[in-house]
Amino acid sequence: MSKNKSDYLINRKDNQYEVVIGLEVHAQVTSESKLFSTSATKFGAEPNTQVSLVDAAFPGMLPVINEFCVKQAIKTGIGLNAKINKRSVFDRKNYFYADLPQGYQISQFKDPIVGEGKVILDMPEGQKEVGIERLHLEQDAGKSIHDLDPQNTFVDLNRSGVALMEIVSKPDLRSPDEVSAYIKKLRSIMRYLGTCDGNMQEGSLRADVNVSVRLKDSKDLGTRCEIKNVNSIKFMQMAIEYEANRQVDLIEEGKSIDQETRLFDTKKNETRSMRSKEDAHDYRYFPDPDLLPLEVSDEFINELKTKIPELPDEKKKRFIDEFKLSPYEATILVSDIDTAKYFEDVVTKMGKNKDIKLAVNWITGELFALLNNKNLEISKSPISAKNLAILINLIKNGTISGKIAKTVFELMIDGDKDPQKIVEEKGLKQQSDPKALEALIDKIINDNREKAIEYKQGKEKLFGFFVGQAMKVSGGKANPQLINEILKKKL
Amino acid sequence: MSEITKQSLSELVKNIKDKKLSSEEVTQAFINRSEKSKELNAYITEDYSSALEKAKKFDQRPNFDLKLPGIPMAVKDLFCTKDIRTTAGSKILDNFVPTYESTVTQNIWDSGAILLGKLNCDEFAMGSSNETSFFGNVQNPIDKNLVPGGSSGGSASAVAGQLTPITIGTDTGGSIRQPASFTGTVGLKPTYGSCSRYGIVAFASSLDQAGPMAQNVKDCALLQEVISTYDPKDSTSIDFKRNEYSKELTNNIKGKKIGIPKEYRVEGMPKEIEELWQKGIQYAKDCGAEIIDISLPHTSYALPTYYIVAPAEASSNLARYDGVKYGFRAKGENLIDMYEKTRSEGFGAEVQRRIMIGTYVLSSGYYDAYYLKAQKVRKLIKDDFDEAYKKVDAILTPSTPSSAFKIGEKKDDPVSMYLNDIFTVPVNLAGLPGISIPAGHDVKGYPLGLQIIGKAFDEQNILNIAYAMEEKINFKNKITDWWIK
Repeated sequence: MSKNKSDYLINRKDNQYEVVIGLEVHAQVTSESKLFSTSATKFGAEPNTQVSLVDAAFPGMLPVINEFCVKQAIKTGIGLNAKINKRSVFDRKNYFYADLPQGYQISQFKDPIVGEGKVILDMPEGQKEVGIERLHLEQDAGKSIHDLDPQNTFVDLNRSGVALMEIVSKPDLRSPDEVSAYIKKLRSIMRYLGTCDGNMQEGSLRADVNVSVRLKDSKDLGTRCEIKNVNSIKFMQMAIEYEANRQVDLIEEGKSIDQETRLFDTKKNETRSMRSKEDAHDYRYFPDPDLLPLEVSDEFINELKTKIPELPDEKKKRFIDEFKLSPYEATILVSDIDTAKYFEDVVTKMGKNKDIKLAVNWITGELFALLNNKNLEISKSPISAKNLAILINLIKNGTISGKIAKTVFELMIDGDKDPQKIVEEKGLKQQSDPKALEALIDKIINDNREKAIEYKQGKEKLFGFFVGQAMKVSGGKANPQLINEILKKKL
Repeated sequence: MSEITKQSLSELVKNIKDKKLSSEEVTQAFINRSEKSKELNAYITEDYSSALEKAKKFDQRPNFDLKLPGIPMAVKDLFCTKDIRTTAGSKILDNFVPTYESTVTQNIWDSGAILLGKLNCDEFAMGSSNETSFFGNVQNPIDKNLVPGGSSGGSASAVAGQLTPITIGTDTGGSIRQPASFTGTVGLKPTYGSCSRYGIVAFASSLDQAGPMAQNVKDCALLQEVISTYDPKDSTSIDFKRNEYSKELTNNIKGKKIGIPKEYRVEGMPKEIEELWQKGIQYAKDCGAEIIDISLPHTSYALPTYYIVAPAEASSNLARYDGVKYGFRAKGENLIDMYEKTRSEGFGAEVQRRIMIGTYVLSSGYYDAYYLKAQKVRKLIKDDFDEAYKKVDAILTPSTPSSAFKIGEKKDDPVSMYLNDIFTVPVNLAGLPGISIPAGHDVKGYPLGLQIIGKAFDEQNILNIAYAMEEKINFKNKITDWWIK
């Protein structure tokens, strides 16, 4: 592990400031039903169609813990190399709001289900370890909709009671880039585990960002501000950038920083005060008397451990060992579970005589460019792993050149066509018959006698001209290696 | 055959099974008497016509294998009943009609019983005299202008006044046993986790427990047998082996060890309560029980502990009544204004007092000193009982420190009102079963009760002791029907 070196510093006159960031990530648990009720959790359903009597807090209704959500939280804890607490307690966080039907949120305050853990970030300057403080389970609130009616606020309780995991990091992050890498890593791990889909647009992953600044080399933490509910990595980075500079400016002006909760205005690109420490809610946490402490046995945890798939860090190590990938290549391929799956699929489909290097280049090159262009996830790739593997094999065994392959690739996009068929139908097969190529080259030399003589007299640059002519005449299909060999011989 | 409404549950069941009475006749009889008893104000909501329909239906296709075949009964208005208004005695739920049924009442209807209506109670079960109900106070059938106790005051009044053969109440700090004691009836608070809390309007979740109220111990045992089931919909429901309490009921308690806790001899306790207790000890001895002096050293802390734990939970449990989703809503300028007006107008004074106490003891800076300490003391109180139960099988105490008092007498003195629960509260804090049986009268002729406290899940034992003592005591309730013109 390299030294924890970060060059993200804020400079003012003679002072250099370091930024200290901690994240509270709210990750929606992937689960068919809610944390304490059997209502569905599908995204985008008609308002108030996924609400049970428990979710709407009718009199006498009681919460019953969803065992699947507990398993998901424990699996995530295992994925974060964290301590699983065999006894955890659900508490009530009391506050009034129209979209909080119970008047309290069931959460875990003193005794969370998962304790300390860590994640490893792959930064350009090397690896960095970020500490996890805890992970706890809690209910989501409903949604207040203020802009549908001038007089009234509408409430949609579909989200009310949906299970969230709040993952709290230690204040170990030092730059917007590290925050980005951290979120992506968490998302990656949870997607591998199938415990959170990580979809930020649908609100499955949100974060509260705690930011403070301090003089470089200082050991003390500065006063922090919490930026609430930021729902994209880009906005998190912008918010941190703005907030850190704001705090530095205050210090430089000799003013003090108030501990407060702030909101990020994405339109104005600034944070502004939401409430000060004095106005902070007193949530009156206390253990929920409707729920017994949650106790899990060693067997229960061990059983879940056997169900943990290969996670990104292990997969990366294996890719490097098994496929001789560079750490950089491996990092790119494992970062998203679907990419890793696609890559491994291609590798398998290529069969015995496979060219891994070529596969990596084609996936990270042509395929990524295509997906990017079309704004598609790799799981929705218009070209299947199977057909890409065939294409790569066609290059590898000399049937087509790399250049022709690019043409074939373009033709494959519409309808995920079989590259073999495209090559046959369009007659794109590489000309590798030495006799035919010799005849072709003889003709070119004949047609360009003067240039041939110049070459023989020492104008070696002209070699490229003859290669170009051969490719042109063959319609790009001539095997470039053979052309080289024959030309050298003939000239 | 005696008058229908004077018959015990066991007699009614027998007469219906023997086809000497139809469900319709029985139902009609209780409706008639209820109609004549409006002055008691025992009912909040009546459901007579559909009760009669159900009774007729039962008579057409009777099922005599059921435990409560065609038996009409009214229930405390804290139990949610499908399509029948459920108010919890509060203005804030005045217009609330549940779409669901509580597990306890569902068990009752599944056993063949028929709902007569919903019975008055203190608002959200917060009170010891039924005077906090939005629907007015309830009269005790024993005497005019006498409180029936609370919070299950309507239930106690309805059983004592023979408006229903049996009923169910809920008991958070004595709300079944104290009104039973005040009305000369029998009331059982089961072990915490015995009866499901699903569908019962919550007061204090870690203390609330539903239980039967009846004219005698046997009826009480039968109803307990019906209502006590394990329910996965309540996470605090306990899956233990439940007896057939009425079948296994016996008056043979020879050799049972009964503890007498010295700490229940509280300062200022009326002489007649002390005398009643001594009489009770003698009855127990006469039944063959062995009397053993015991100590429950933390008893004096029970009441203050209760008045921290219960309001704390209540302050959170009642947060859902905010005018947003159901129930009463006052108009407001904005959300906060709407909350404040809804809750100020919707909740009565006692409920507001307890919400404020509860909010205070949970507040940051006070939590450790109050709530956390109370939880620790609660553990000590439970430990006291555990220690005592190494030596005895059950504990005998008075049910209340006095007989029923006059309406209005303690209304403005909450502390004196809270003191009413001094003997019942420790039982809830420890999660134990307790039963109150009528054992005598005071000088005014008002009934007095004795409480038998059992080990957890040992309802059968205290029912047996109560059954044996009931026989010896041979209590006769003095009901003059003063309210019937």
